Amino acid sequence: MAESLCRVLRDGALEGELAPALTIKDSILSPLGPHIFDHVLCQLSSFILAGKSQSRGLVLVAFSRSPSYYAALLKSRGSDTTDFDKWFWILDCYSDPLGWRHRLKESGAIRSCPDSSSGVTVCRDVRNLDKLLVEILELGKGLVGQGKDQFCIAIDSVTEMLRDVPLSSAAGLLSSVRSHEQVSCTLWTMLADVHSTSTVAAVEYLSSIVASVEGVTQQKGAQLGISDGLPLLQQNASQGRFRVRFKRRNGRVRLMLEDIHVEKSGITFLPVSSEEESMAQTLIPKVQFNLQLSEKEQMDRLKVVLPFEHQEKEKARRIYDGRRSLMDGQNGMTVEAEKPPVSENSGSGEIVYIRDSDDERPDSDEDPDDDLDI
Amino acid sequence: MDRSSQLLDEALGIVDDTSSMVSSSFPSSSVVLIEDCVETSGAFVIHHILKRSLSPPSSAAVVLVSLSHPFSHYDRILRKLVHTFALSLSFVLFSQGCNLAAHRDNRRFFFCDMLMVDFPRQGQGNVSKGGLIELYAKIQKVVEDISSSFGSGKCITIILDDFSLIEVAANGSLNHSLDFLRYCYALTSEFGLGLLVHTSCGGVYPLPSIQGCSLVILHHEDIYSAEESAALILQMEYLADVVIKAEPLATGLAADVHGQLTVLNKGIHDQLRSSKSKVHNFHFKLRENGVECFYPGTQA
Repeated sequence: MAESLCRVLRDGALEGELAPALTIKDSILSPLGPHIFDHVLCQLSSFILAGKSQSRGLVLVAFSRSPSYYAALLKSRGSDTTDFDKWFWILDCYSDPLGWRHRLKESGAIRSCPDSSSGVTVCRDVRNLDKLLVEILELGKGLVGQGKDQFCIAIDSVTEMLRDVPLSSAAGLLSSVRSHEQVSCTLWTMLADVHSTSTVAAVEYLSSIVASVEGVTQQKGAQLGISDGLPLLQQNASQGRFRVRFKRRNGRVRLMLEDIHVEKSGITFLPVSSEEESMAQTLIPKVQFNLQLSEKEQMDRLKVVLPFEHQEKEKARRIYDGRRSLMDGQNGMTVEAEKPPVSENSGSGEIVYIRDSDDERPDSDEDPDDDLDI
Repeated sequence: MDRSSQLLDEALGIVDDTSSMVSSSFPSSSVVLIEDCVETSGAFVIHHILKRSLSPPSSAAVVLVSLSHPFSHYDRILRKLVHTFALSLSFVLFSQGCNLAAHRDNRRFFFCDMLMVDFPRQGQGNVSKGGLIELYAKIQKVVEDISSSFGSGKCITIILDDFSLIEVAANGSLNHSLDFLRYCYALTSEFGLGLLVHTSCGGVYPLPSIQGCSLVILHHEDIYSAEESAALILQMEYLADVVIKAEPLATGLAADVHGQLTVLNKGIHDQLRSSKSKVHNFHFKLRENGVECFYPGTQA
C-alpha cells in the first residue's frame, strides 16, 4: 500500500489538474510521521534519479529537521550525492527561521550564522508566506528550468508553519503550491494533536491522500483491559497502524490499512496481521445467510444462461471482453445489432444483449475505467 | 557502579564505555525534557546530568542557563553528590563531589546567570522578544567559544532551568518562548563537527552530525490549563528524544519513596548508533549525596 501511495506521487499530476498532495498525520502517542515522511522522500528521490517519475527535481522545505539530516538520510539510503544540487534543493526554514542569527551576527554578538550554499537556501523570515512561496517555486524552476518539466515539493512540518501564521495564509500557500503548473506532487506532515479538529480537517481537504499513523496501543489496551500502559507506549514508539485514505478525482474514497514497524534499516510495511484479521472476523455478527458465494456457487452461477441469451439457441453466445470487441464488431454482433431487424422475424421484436465481462463480482462498485484518461 | 544511579543512567541512555572517553557522557544531539510538578521536583535529574557530564570519564562541557537559582545553589548541591563508576572489573573509581567553581575556571562549566536580568516588561511590543534573542545570543556565543577553544569534537550539554521562567521572560507569550526553544533546538544539530550547514560546498554534503550539542530542559507540567498545554507541552514532547516525568506516588506520601520517574527514551536511529525506544518506570529516593532509584517493590 505504501507503494501505491508512492506510485500516485510518482505519476504526478495531469495537465491542468491539481497536483496530488499527501498529508502525513501523526500524534504524540504514535509519533512515527517523520519516519514515513523520510520513507516517501527516499522513494521519490530514487524515482527521480531513475527518471521514472513525472518530476525531475525535488524541493524540500525543512522546518523541523536540519538540512544536514536530510542530506545524510538520502546518502544513507544510497542516493548518489555527487550531484545532489542538480535535482535536490533544500529551503532551510530550520536554522534561522526568524532571522535572529542573521541580525545577531550583523551586530557582532555571535560569530556564525547559517548561510545559503549549494543545495541549501536559508529562509530568514518564515512568517512572510508570499516570499516563501516565491522562493519555493523559484528553487523548483532553478532545478528543472522554465519549460514543461515538473518538480515535487516536500514540506516537513505544516505544524511548525502554522505556529507562525494563521491557518488561512498557510492553506493559501499549500493550495497555490498544488495548483502551480510545474508542480508534480506535494507532501507534508502534521502533528494532529497540536491543532484543533477544524484545522486538521482544513489541511486534509487540501490533500488528495491522507496517511495517518495510529497507535496499536489504544485498541489493544482497551481490548486486553491493560491499565498499565507503559509497555504499550514503548511499543507505539516503534510500530503503529498506517491508515491511508485516497481520494480519487471523481470523489471516490479508498481506505487502506497496514501495520508499520520502524527499525534501524528503515520502515517496513506489513499487511495487517492475520491474528487481528481473524479477530475482526469473529467480531462480525453471526448471520443466518451467507454473505458471499462459495466457489462452487460461483461456478454454477457462471453456467447460468440468461433469458436473453437463449432466445437464439443456434447462435454462439458471445461474452463481451474488452480486447476482442473490435474484431467482433467487424464481423458480427455489433454490425448485426445496428441493422434494423429484418426478414423472417420482422413481426416480433428482438433484444440484442451482450453479456459483460465476468471479471467483476456483481456487487463490486469498482469502475473499470476509473483510471482511463479520456 | 552502584545500582542506584545506574537505573537513571540507563534510562537516559548514558552508557559507560571504557573504550571511549566521550561516550560515557550524555548522548549527543539529543533533547531531554524533564517535566515535574509542584508535589515532586525534577531538579535532581538536572543535578545528576550535570554531575555525569562533568565528572570523568566524561569530558563534556556544560552550559547551564539558570533562571531559577543562583550559582551557589548548584555549587552546594554538586559538592555533595557522589558518583561511582567502574573503569574495569577490578578498578573502581570514586568521585567525591564536583567542584563547579573549579570547572568554571577550567572553562568546562559555563553558568549563565539569568536571575537578575531584567527583561523588558509588557507593553513594549517587540522589545519583549529582544530579551530572548539576547539570551539566545549569549548561549550561542558560549557554545561557539567552547567549540573554538576545545575543537569541534567536544560534547556540549546545554541545560535550561527552567522553561516556565523563559515564558515569564517572554511576557507569557507561548509563541515567543517556542521560538526561543526552536533556536536552541537548532543548536543540537550544529557545533558538533564544525558548522554542518556551512561546510557543504560544491554540491558535496557534510557527514551527519556525530556530536552536536545536547539540550536538557526542565519544565513544570502543571502550570497550564488543558488548552494551553495542548500546544506547548505536546510540541515540546514531540521534539524531545527523552521525556522524563517526575510525579508523586499515586498512593500518596511515603517515608522512603519520594516519587516516581517515568522515562520515555524514543531511541536513536542514526548511522552510528541505534537504540530501540524504551520506557522505564521506577521509584526514587533523594539523599544528601545523590539519588537512589529502584524498581517498585524492590526496596525492603
